[in-house]
Amino acid sequence: MSIYSEISANRRHTWLLMALFIIMVAAVVQAAAWLLGGGYEAGIIALVASTLFAVFSYYASSSVVLNISHATEVKHDENPDLYHIVENLCIGAGLPMPKIYIIDDTAPNAFATGRDPRHATVVVTKGLLQKLDKLELEGVIAHELSHIRNYDIRIMTITVVLIGLVALIADITLRLTWFGAGRRRGGDRGLGAAIVLIIALIALILAPIAAELMKLAVSRRREYLADASGALLTRYPEGLARALEKISGDKEPLEAANKATAHLYIVNPLKSHGSFMNNLFSTHPPVQERIRRLRAM
Amino acid sequence: MIVAAVIIAIIVIIGIWIWALYNGLVRARVRVQEAWSGIDVQLKRRSSLVPNLVETVKGYAAHEKEVFENVAKARAALMGAGDARSAAEANNQLTAALKTLFAVAENYPQLRASENFMQLQKELSDIEEKIAYSRQFYNTNVMDFNTRIKVFPNVLLANSFGFKPADFFAATEAEKADVKVSFK
Repeated sequence: MSIYSEISANRRHTWLLMALFIIMVAAVVQAAAWLLGGGYEAGIIALVASTLFAVFSYYASSSVVLNISHATEVKHDENPDLYHIVENLCIGAGLPMPKIYIIDDTAPNAFATGRDPRHATVVVTKGLLQKLDKLELEGVIAHELSHIRNYDIRIMTITVVLIGLVALIADITLRLTWFGAGRRRGGDRGLGAAIVLIIALIALILAPIAAELMKLAVSRRREYLADASGALLTRYPEGLARALEKISGDKEPLEAANKATAHLYIVNPLKSHGSFMNNLFSTHPPVQERIRRLRAM
Repeated sequence: MIVAAVIIAIIVIIGIWIWALYNGLVRARVRVQEAWSGIDVQLKRRSSLVPNLVETVKGYAAHEKEVFENVAKARAALMGAGDARSAAEANNQLTAALKTLFAVAENYPQLRASENFMQLQKELSDIEEKIAYSRQFYNTNVMDFNTRIKVFPNVLLANSFGFKPADFFAATEAEKADVKVSFK
C-alpha cells in the first residue's frame, strides 16, 4: 500500500469520525429529551452545537493537545542539535519543517500532532533528550515524521478532542453517579434519581463506543507502518529499536499524559494497568513485537 | 447509432486516461525537480562555506598551496555544474579535496583548537548530513518517476510526449559509509 492511499484513508476516517461524533451527540441529547418529555428543540440545538464543536476541533485540536500536555515551543537557538536532527530528517522525507515543542518531564516519550504537514508539531520530553543518544533520537523523530507525512496526526489529534472528551465525561459521570447512587440510597427516589440513572446509562453506553472509535484512530498497523517508514528514512532500524527499549523500560509515568492523549505517544505513557477503563482504552501494539519487527528488517 | 455511441465513449475514455496519465507524469517530474532544488540549496551552502574554511586554514598553514588549489578547483566545478550527474561528480571531488584539507589541518594543533575552525567544521558536517538526506529524497523521487515512465502502457505515452528518465545523484562509496557517524 502506498502512502497516498494511506493519506486518503486517514482523510476519509477523519470525516467519518466527525460525522459520527455529531450524530452521536445529537442522538443522545434527543433521546434524553424524549425520556424527560421534551420535544425536538434540544436535539436541534445539540446538532448545531456539536457541528460547531467538530469544526472547532478540526482547527484547534493540536493547540488543545499541546496545552493539556504542558508543552512549550523551542526555537533553533535554544536547542540547535535537536533542531538540526528534525530539519535533516524533514529534508529526507520531503516535509516542511514542523514546530518543535518540549514537555518538561523526565519520563522519555514523544508524539506528533497537527492537521497536515504544514501545520504539524513534533513534541519530545526533556527525559527523551537526556536518555537517548543521537541515533536513537533520530529513530524516534523519523517515526513521528512518518505519522505527519501519512496524515495520521490529523485523525489522532482530532480523536483527542472528539472521542477523548466523550470518554473522559463518561468516565467522570460513571464515578459520580456510583457515588451519588450510594449516598442517595433510601432517600428521595424522585425525578433527581431518574435523571442520575439516565445519565449513568448514557455514560455506560457511550464509553465502549468511544473506546471502539479510539481504535479507529490508533490501529496497530499504523504504528508498525510508522516504525517501518521511520526506519527507511534513517536507514538504521536499530536506532528506533533501542529507543523503544529505553522508553518502555523506563518506569517513570508521564504526568502530562492522560486517557485522551495516551494514544498519540510513541509508547504508552500510562504505566498503571489493570483498571477497566485503562484496558478499554489500551491501543498500543506490544513494544516487544515492534522491536522484534525492527530487528528483523 | 449504438455503434457510433460506443466508439465515441471509447474515445472519450481513452482521452481521459491519456489526460490523467500525462498529468501524473508531469506531477512526478515536478517532484523530481523540486527534490533537485533541495539538493542544490545545500550544495550552494556548502560551496559558499568553503572560501571561509580555506581562509581560516591559510591563516595557520599558508604553504599548503596544492591542497587549497584542489579545493578551489573542485568548488569551481561544483558551482558550474548544470545537471545532477556532473553536480554529483563535482560534489564528490569537493568531498575528497576537503578530506585532504582536514587531514592537513590535523598537523596544526593551534588551527584545530581555534573557535572559528571548529564552528566551520561543525557547520560543514551539518550541511553534509543535509546533502545526504536531500539526496535520499531526490533519489526516491527519481526512482518513482523513472519507474512510471518505463512501465507498460505508460512507456508508449511517455516516449511520444518526450519524458526522459532523470539522473540519480550518486554518492561515492566512502561517503555512503560516512553518513551514519555519531559524534556522541
